[in-house]
Amino acid sequence: MPRIGVFVCHCGTNIAATVDCGGVAEAARGFPGVVHATDFTYLCAEAGQRKIQDAIAEHRLNRVVVASCSPRMHEPTFRKAVAQAGLNPYLMEMANIREHCSWVHADRQVATAKATEIIRMVVAKVARNEPLTAKQVGLTKKLLVIGGGIAGIQAALDVANAGHQVTLVERTPTIGGKMAMLDKTFPTLDCSACILTPRMVELSQHPNIELRTYAEVLSVKGFVGNFEVEILQKARKVNHLTCTGCGTCWQKCPEKNVPSEFDVGMGRRTAIYIPFPQAVPNKPVIDTANCRYVRHLAAKERGEKLMECRVCEKLCPTKSIDWEQKDEIIVDRFGAIIVANGYDTFDHSVYGEYGYGKYPDVITGLQLERLMNASGPTKGEVVRPSDGKHPHSVVFLACVGSRDDKVGRPYCSKICCMYTAKHALMLKEHDPNIQTYVFYIDIRAAGRGYEEFVRRVQEEYGSTYIRGRVSWIYPQDGKLMIKGEDTLLGRPVEVEADLVVLATGITAAKGAVDLMQTIGISYDTYGFINEMHPKLRPVETNTDGVYLAGCASGPKDIPDSVSQASAAAVKVCGLFSQDYLTTDPMTSVVDQMKCVGCFLCEEVCPFRAVERETLRGGKVVARINESVCKGCGLCVAACRGEALNLKGFTDQQLLAQVTALLRA
Amino acid sequence: MSVLKFASTDQPGRNGLLALVKAKTGQDVLACYQCGKCSAGCPLSSAMDLAPHQVLRAVQLGQRDLVFQSSAIWLCVTCQTCYTRCPQEVDLPRVMDALRSQALQEKIRPAERTVKVFHDVFLGLVERFGRLYEVGLIGGYNLLARQPLASADLGLPMLTRGKLELIPRRVKDQEQIKAIFKRAAELELEEITGQSVAAAPPASVPS
Repeated sequence: MPRIGVFVCHCGTNIAATVDCGGVAEAARGFPGVVHATDFTYLCAEAGQRKIQDAIAEHRLNRVVVASCSPRMHEPTFRKAVAQAGLNPYLMEMANIREHCSWVHADRQVATAKATEIIRMVVAKVARNEPLTAKQVGLTKKLLVIGGGIAGIQAALDVANAGHQVTLVERTPTIGGKMAMLDKTFPTLDCSACILTPRMVELSQHPNIELRTYAEVLSVKGFVGNFEVEILQKARKVNHLTCTGCGTCWQKCPEKNVPSEFDVGMGRRTAIYIPFPQAVPNKPVIDTANCRYVRHLAAKERGEKLMECRVCEKLCPTKSIDWEQKDEIIVDRFGAIIVANGYDTFDHSVYGEYGYGKYPDVITGLQLERLMNASGPTKGEVVRPSDGKHPHSVVFLACVGSRDDKVGRPYCSKICCMYTAKHALMLKEHDPNIQTYVFYIDIRAAGRGYEEFVRRVQEEYGSTYIRGRVSWIYPQDGKLMIKGEDTLLGRPVEVEADLVVLATGITAAKGAVDLMQTIGISYDTYGFINEMHPKLRPVETNTDGVYLAGCASGPKDIPDSVSQASAAAVKVCGLFSQDYLTTDPMTSVVDQMKCVGCFLCEEVCPFRAVERETLRGGKVVARINESVCKGCGLCVAACRGEALNLKGFTDQQLLAQVTALLRA
Repeated sequence: MSVLKFASTDQPGRNGLLALVKAKTGQDVLACYQCGKCSAGCPLSSAMDLAPHQVLRAVQLGQRDLVFQSSAIWLCVTCQTCYTRCPQEVDLPRVMDALRSQALQEKIRPAERTVKVFHDVFLGLVERFGRLYEVGLIGGYNLLARQPLASADLGLPMLTRGKLELIPRRVKDQEQIKAIFKRAAELELEEITGQSVAAAPPASVPS
């Protein structure tokens, strides 16, 4: 038999001003199962809590209703209070007579009547409450980092230094990401490689870190603390255990004309290659699409003849070339995942007015970085791709693929103003006779020392900034004509340029959406990860145990990416500081007798908590993984056979509430 | 509308106008970031063809014709409101002054002829009498501005109330006035030729 105690809170005058709390308590005494009802000024205060605890002992209460505020703030307070008095915390229910009643009504009589009805409903519910117990599950204290750019590197190092095992998976043959491609970094003009490569080496030598380059995540199953991940290790055709990275193979490979991904097409590489001299690991992979021997084998199969090559194999001093090496799938368990899959730059070929990406002397900012870099394809000589001559007049266009709804990119890419200013400055350092022009819409230089940097570029380095978007670029007599407008003077502008540099914006990395779906995290229209909360939980995804860092969630500069990586690392360390995880017991539960195995619940579940279980008779039914279930109730609503129920909010409880209201 | 053109052969520092303003005033016009606060506070910007910030913008882009043919440089009354409020501390009135004097040196017809007439008549009178002679100013300005009867209705009431003196007054030491004007002319010549004109101050002028 339920012995229910009802406690009506005044909340100072918040409730008492509009609700007759004493009258409500009086009325509650008449509700079925209620053996004690009273009111008090502040139930959340220590004296109020004690009042509840005393009443539990005195009246042998086995159910408690606290009629006060929204459960959002004080449900944990009262659960704890009743637990201390020996009651299961889930036998306490809150009736919200503040937000739902006193705050939104003015008429005291009506508000009092409504408060009475609210309490009547909750009393009916609490009578059917069952004691619930939180469960504990173990966890694997090992982190998976997806992406080996600066964000992934930082996160991996931080967690590894805290003493946990880390596996870093990188899609390309080297870590370093976009930062490795940059020449200098704004606004301090630090050499990008000089500050990055020590971190790359530290990571590769760290005893707690397993580095998997040339690998991709295939599938993610499980839940926080217990993810099971399939990783595809692509065949490198080179045995990295024996290879010493001596460089003979890539120096002698006769296939020298493959456009280099690392140099964004500005340079060429061989078929067996490392992307750049400081690559980590400093051991090559064979690009099978371009390797002459692999092509020879394919031709042989077709019955055609093609020259056999195998130069690398013949010259390798450690016999590390392994033609038999195949793609391999590795399965591992992780307790947490940090997604740092980075970004790609906007493909400007959609802009007909800028030449559809076909004018050789219209390049992107990233391509200019490679040209300016001393270890780049031109050894740091900035030359026109068309004729190899040094440019004299260089025009920069900001916001290419940013702030442009027409190409589906209404957002600001955040870093372009700064890197364009850096480029204008660096070009002057390369050649003081260069004239630079920057067409911009606004200058967005929010960051320490950023605005000052942009001013310096204009005042000291004499870069001509022109406010307005360029409407048209066309070739004329071997040069490029740029037609724009100086919106400050309100006059059209024509600039004759030798080289045009487009500040292409940031887009989600290629394959980002596939990756998000594989992991099961939510993303926006542009393929960037949605944070759990944009302000207060910026490094968590909506899936427990999956965190984010860097441009995976939108445009960021290096300091922001690194900060976010360290923040994500702290979240992981916090998770790993526990020996087991406590789960909320208010989860869905399947009545396997009623379940027909339609798995509609599986389709609607946003957390992938529904699993399949084969019963002894061969019948396949749903089972809820309580560690994953968030208790949202979608599956309960979807279930056609009423096989699902949400603990703490069972159909019986909710119907009792409605019935109580209708009978009143 | 004239197109602003930049050739690929343009040399850095080609912007002669920027250098000229810098030499004449010491002001770095590139410091202006075009916030428009000067134009927002200027009592005359509504009458100008280029707002004050646009004058600076045209200097930044080396647009000589735009600047020297503008009415703005002549309408500026050097009230200093812009300079007082400028966040980048660009002394715009000084720049305006320099642009006016350069326009005159280059014999460019002022877009506001009457402003130049006023300055000429005013300074002519000061040079002659050492101080202002109102009747002469009104008469001279009205004649040269080709508006002889402008404000004529105010003449008689002002005369009868003793606000205007028909006979000009002179300052006592005419020599000092002459010396000032002579030195000003020398300084101007120095600026044009770039050579210093040796001129010891006359003994009568206290240093």
